Amino acid sequence: MSGIALAGAAECDLGSTGMSVLDLQVQAVKRALDDAGLRLADVDGMATNNVGRFSTTALADYLGLRPAWVDSSFVGGSAFEAYVARAAQAITAGQAEVVVVSYASNQRSARSRSLGGVREDHLPEAQFEVPYAPLYPISYYAMAAQAYLHRYGATREQLAEVAVAARAWALLNPAAFRHGAGPLTVADVLAAPMVSSPLTTADCCLVTDGGGAVVVTSLERARDLRHPPAVVLGYGESTSHTAMATRDDILDTGADRSARAAYRRAGLAPGDVDVAMVYDSFTITPLLSLEALGLCPPGQAAGVVADGHTRPGGRLPVNTNGGGLSYCHPGQYGVLLLVEAVRQLRGTCGARQVPGAEVAVAHGTGGIFSHSATVLLGVDR
Amino acid sequence: MTDDMLPPVDDLTAPWWDATRERRLLLQKCGACAAVQHYPRRVCTSCGAVDAHTWVEACGLGTVDSYTVVHRAPAPGVAVPYTVARVRLAEGPLILTRLTGVPDDGTAFDAELELTWLPLADGRHLPAFRACAVPSAGRRGD
Ligand SMILES: [Zn+2]
Repeated sequence: MSGIALAGAAECDLGSTGMSVLDLQVQAVKRALDDAGLRLADVDGMATNNVGRFSTTALADYLGLRPAWVDSSFVGGSAFEAYVARAAQAITAGQAEVVVVSYASNQRSARSRSLGGVREDHLPEAQFEVPYAPLYPISYYAMAAQAYLHRYGATREQLAEVAVAARAWALLNPAAFRHGAGPLTVADVLAAPMVSSPLTTADCCLVTDGGGAVVVTSLERARDLRHPPAVVLGYGESTSHTAMATRDDILDTGADRSARAAYRRAGLAPGDVDVAMVYDSFTITPLLSLEALGLCPPGQAAGVVADGHTRPGGRLPVNTNGGGLSYCHPGQYGVLLLVEAVRQLRGTCGARQVPGAEVAVAHGTGGIFSHSATVLLGVDR
Repeated sequence: MTDDMLPPVDDLTAPWWDATRERRLLLQKCGACAAVQHYPRRVCTSCGAVDAHTWVEACGLGTVDSYTVVHRAPAPGVAVPYTVARVRLAEGPLILTRLTGVPDDGTAFDAELELTWLPLADGRHLPAFRACAVPSAGRRGD
């Protein structure tokens, strides 16, 4: 589709860092540029959020940059897949040449996460949803999980297998928060403290510091840089809802629209995907995304995961870094989907490398299935 | 319910909240296309008409769309567990609400629901739902 590529990719420090958001951002940006073989002075486009009210201007100021193009759309953890799409468009349009998409959070060190979310009095949810005290976002995902189990006859044990598979990958990734935690079993997931039924703490993503960055530039320029480019083959996105009782069908997330647009731009079909990074905020999330991406038939993702197909050695490798469930979840995880996809396409993933991976999908989910964004990446042929 | 966190009200929603003082659940009906919607807002999401709604009273019956039992308090002073649900009103719209008298197992999806009310400290009420005492003989709620 495009002559655009990801030329650099890196994580900042992960886990419990004791560092500030800006310190972590500097790490992420600098490491991704080093990875690409570029310098700060080469950057003329930036996309980020979570730095402050004016995130891109704040980060640009801190880095001493005056970029020609920025984006700080705030749509949840899927923003970073959308940033790549918009960066590709900006580069194609000649508005920028080197765009850094970055993210960092110190939410674990800062203890800034709240179970109830943030009440905004001027929005309808403050009157019509917050008074019922749903946990935000957990209770929405819990209701989606409950509906999924009921509609498709999937079992609670199958749902737990999503967390089990994520742990199996994390054991192969030294950077994973749960790398040394040992295997997880279905029984462990079911026995963990209940948070919002049917989801236990083991069905919920980690709360960690962390983040990362990717460098977007033209394929032509990327070919002269340090690593083989990860070509941006296609992208799509969909915005759906933000209140908990707005979307008529709770299992209709809009992810299918995002995925279809990405496949269409890429001229690819689900069968072409070798490795999938799908946002796993909760165990239900990747099930709906895998189905929306056409990687599993509707209602069958739980069975596919339970049969072990998404684990190491399986025919549908998913979240090879260990995912938000066992690797890292810094509030918004989408940039790390891209980082792992790039590494798989470069073949640098070591023990967790998917042999011969040529096409990867990074699929982000933001908010409460509020926003979906998909990026298809491939090796340079 | 946490009485120190009273829900805000605005010009548009004041009639809806006032009706809860009399334990009546109002829904917006569009004067242009007759669509019924909840939550209340200026725009009809079916046809795009603005400020074209009238208020109609819900019959008070519904079914479970989905639900979750919350076991961890989102804020200090909130007693757990409690059930949050998406309820499909007989009139069509979904409402986020609380559910009582419905077991946390697969049978919840088959429950017939009727309206009930949770009092707020200022005389307003929150609409909630419970399993019908006598199935298919629902009342407006007390
Ligand atoms: Zn209308």
